[in-house]
Amino acid sequence: MNLNEFFHMGGYAFYVWTSYGLALIVLLANVILPLRQRKKLLGDIARAARRARRNTT
Amino acid sequence: MFNNFFHKMASPKYFYSISGRLIPWLATGCVLLFLAGLYYGLYKAPPDYQQGDSYRIMFIHVPAAWMSMFIYVVMAAAGAIGLIWHIKLAEVMAISSAGVGASFTFLALVTGSIWGKPMWGTWWVWDARLTSELILLFLYLGVIALYNAIDDKRTAARAVAILALVGVVNIPIIHYSVEWWNTLHQGPTVTKFDKPSIHLSMLIPLLLMAFAFKFYYAFVVLMRARCEVLERERNTGWVRELAETK
Repeated sequence: MNLNEFFHMGGYAFYVWTSYGLALIVLLANVILPLRQRKKLLGDIARAARRARRNTT
Repeated sequence: MFNNFFHKMASPKYFYSISGRLIPWLATGCVLLFLAGLYYGLYKAPPDYQQGDSYRIMFIHVPAAWMSMFIYVVMAAAGAIGLIWHIKLAEVMAISSAGVGASFTFLALVTGSIWGKPMWGTWWVWDARLTSELILLFLYLGVIALYNAIDDKRTAARAVAILALVGVVNIPIIHYSVEWWNTLHQGPTVTKFDKPSIHLSMLIPLLLMAFAFKFYYAFVVLMRARCEVLERERNTGWVRELAETK
């Protein structure tokens, strides 16, 4: 099987690659979102902790 | 000693550190399984004698559909454990599962639709299998919306657990829908009592992808759960310390 045939998927290229592409997008998004959320949360918590210390001293 | 073990495991701080060490291993396993599954599924496996190459959508569609139901049961079970024994970590696992479960349900529905167009001639039919899977998506979305609608996280977790438990009735309906009702959707080929009616060259990539999805769920749910733990424990000493050293 050559590369062209592989991408052609026996005429079903649109259906097969749309499915796999969508799956890739959804799976990646589910990894990236919690990574970003964690970073943001840790930043927020650190900022709040610093503010709290400033106000007490 | 047993009790001690569970209490230690269920402590948010211990969970946060142990899950942080587990995630890279699970993610590596997931990537390796995906690579093998894609190689066998897209390249090695021969075209189907009836469906040509379009059947390769199955390697996404079927594991995603399995996961959509598996995660729902895990979510409901974790919710029940949280409800009965008031274990915070179980609540966290339940709500962290909802987003991943909804994603897999969405994928199962959409890839099924994309597969249905060339094979059945239609994107959608209101038959039992498709409709019950769509209801599963609404259940997941309902769980997420309900959790976000209630400010107190512990109350929210209890409400969500009850909703999830009531929704479990949908799971056997999805599974048996193709046997109970006449439907366009094909019957089971793997999860039945006699021999699977699928050739080994197609069964291997299917199982590889199914395990890849299992690993994927394991590490993504832990990533989400860690965020949830940080959020809930944000006023404790160890979380502040952690945030300030980062």
